[in-house]
Amino acid sequence: MAAKTLTIDGKQISAEEGASVLQAASEAGITIPTLCHLEGVYDVGACRLCLIEVKGIPKLLPACTTKVAEGMEVSTDSERLRKYRRMTLELLFAERNHVCAVCVANGHCELQTLAYSLGMDHVRYDYNFPKWGVDTTHRLFGMDHNRCILCARCVRTCWHVEGAGTKNVAGRGSKSKIISDLNQPWGHSESCTECGKCVMSCPTGALFRKGSTVGESERDRTKLEFIVTAREKKQWNA
Amino acid sequence: MSVNLTNPEQPPVKPVAEAKHPSGDKRFKILEVHMKKLQFKQDALIEVLHKAQELFGYLEDDVLLFISAKLKLPPSRVYGVATFYHFFTLKPKGEHTCVVCMGTACYVKGADKVVEAVQNQLKIRAGETTTDNKVSLLTARCIGACGIAPAVVYDGTVIPRQTPESAMEQINKWVQS
Repeated sequence: MAAKTLTIDGKQISAEEGASVLQAASEAGITIPTLCHLEGVYDVGACRLCLIEVKGIPKLLPACTTKVAEGMEVSTDSERLRKYRRMTLELLFAERNHVCAVCVANGHCELQTLAYSLGMDHVRYDYNFPKWGVDTTHRLFGMDHNRCILCARCVRTCWHVEGAGTKNVAGRGSKSKIISDLNQPWGHSESCTECGKCVMSCPTGALFRKGSTVGESERDRTKLEFIVTAREKKQWNA
Repeated sequence: MSVNLTNPEQPPVKPVAEAKHPSGDKRFKILEVHMKKLQFKQDALIEVLHKAQELFGYLEDDVLLFISAKLKLPPSRVYGVATFYHFFTLKPKGEHTCVVCMGTACYVKGADKVVEAVQNQLKIRAGETTTDNKVSLLTARCIGACGIAPAVVYDGTVIPRQTPESAMEQINKWVQS
């Protein structure tokens, strides 16, 4: 496949045609903050945290769904980008009930980690405090919609890694919600295989294993990558 | 598929390709013919949902499951799409429907006041149906009739320049009928 040369943060990089800017950057050791991106499933560009500046294009582009091009000049860090990333994070926190101190994912949460790393020290917007329920009908897992950021990682994992398609997003806008089958209690879902991959994929405390303590709720994302690599490349090394 | 576990000698019942819907409702057959015309393509889901709503009036779980089985899509996907679009409704509509356009032009011209008046009168919120199943109140995002704003669609007929009073008049006619 043809190689494309581009510069990311002033560094000359060569990447395969068809690769995303995010892939090219990570291969070159440049970290771009992400949230809805998950190794192993396709990207949707939903969270807008991986926004980058590309010379000659006035608007910001998501690194995960922007393909590399010859001579592209990318900047992954600037005052403007930091400002927007912080704002996006604050809006995510304000939209639902994200209170780290009382969360099962405290210390293992990607949203929290990003907030720390991007220097978010407070939320400028009023919290919406919506009254979402908690679905604990499943034998092994629970889903707390109050902590969901609608990244749809569980949806993509369930459909494209496990292949069951139990989860999807229903509704639109702020009323969107992750559902199981026909919006029935998760425990009543006929398609759920109880594999737990959705729990592994969740970046926050929205999906959790029942009966596990906060300290145990570290997620093993490498397992998802392992499965995908095994399936696609026929390689069984993690 | 049901497998007979009690009598192992009896072969499992195979589903018949052109099986009738267990409810015997002919509309399922019509819907299936429509899906066949679209070659059971998964990306024809929205067209199929349109047809289903036209046939049944609303999309109940049974219909959504039927569509998901025929198009070989996860039920969650079908439900997700059906709830994303305001046009689709999962609950039966009332005898009469009142759709208030809340597009920018209509909104500026006072559509919000029309909605508020109807909501107060019927004691329901937009998107709901009165308990006696007489009237459903819905809102739409621009029906393309900005020149006659604010527009309201009463039982499929677009009526121009509505006010809370004129809307009330129509609603009361329905309620008293």
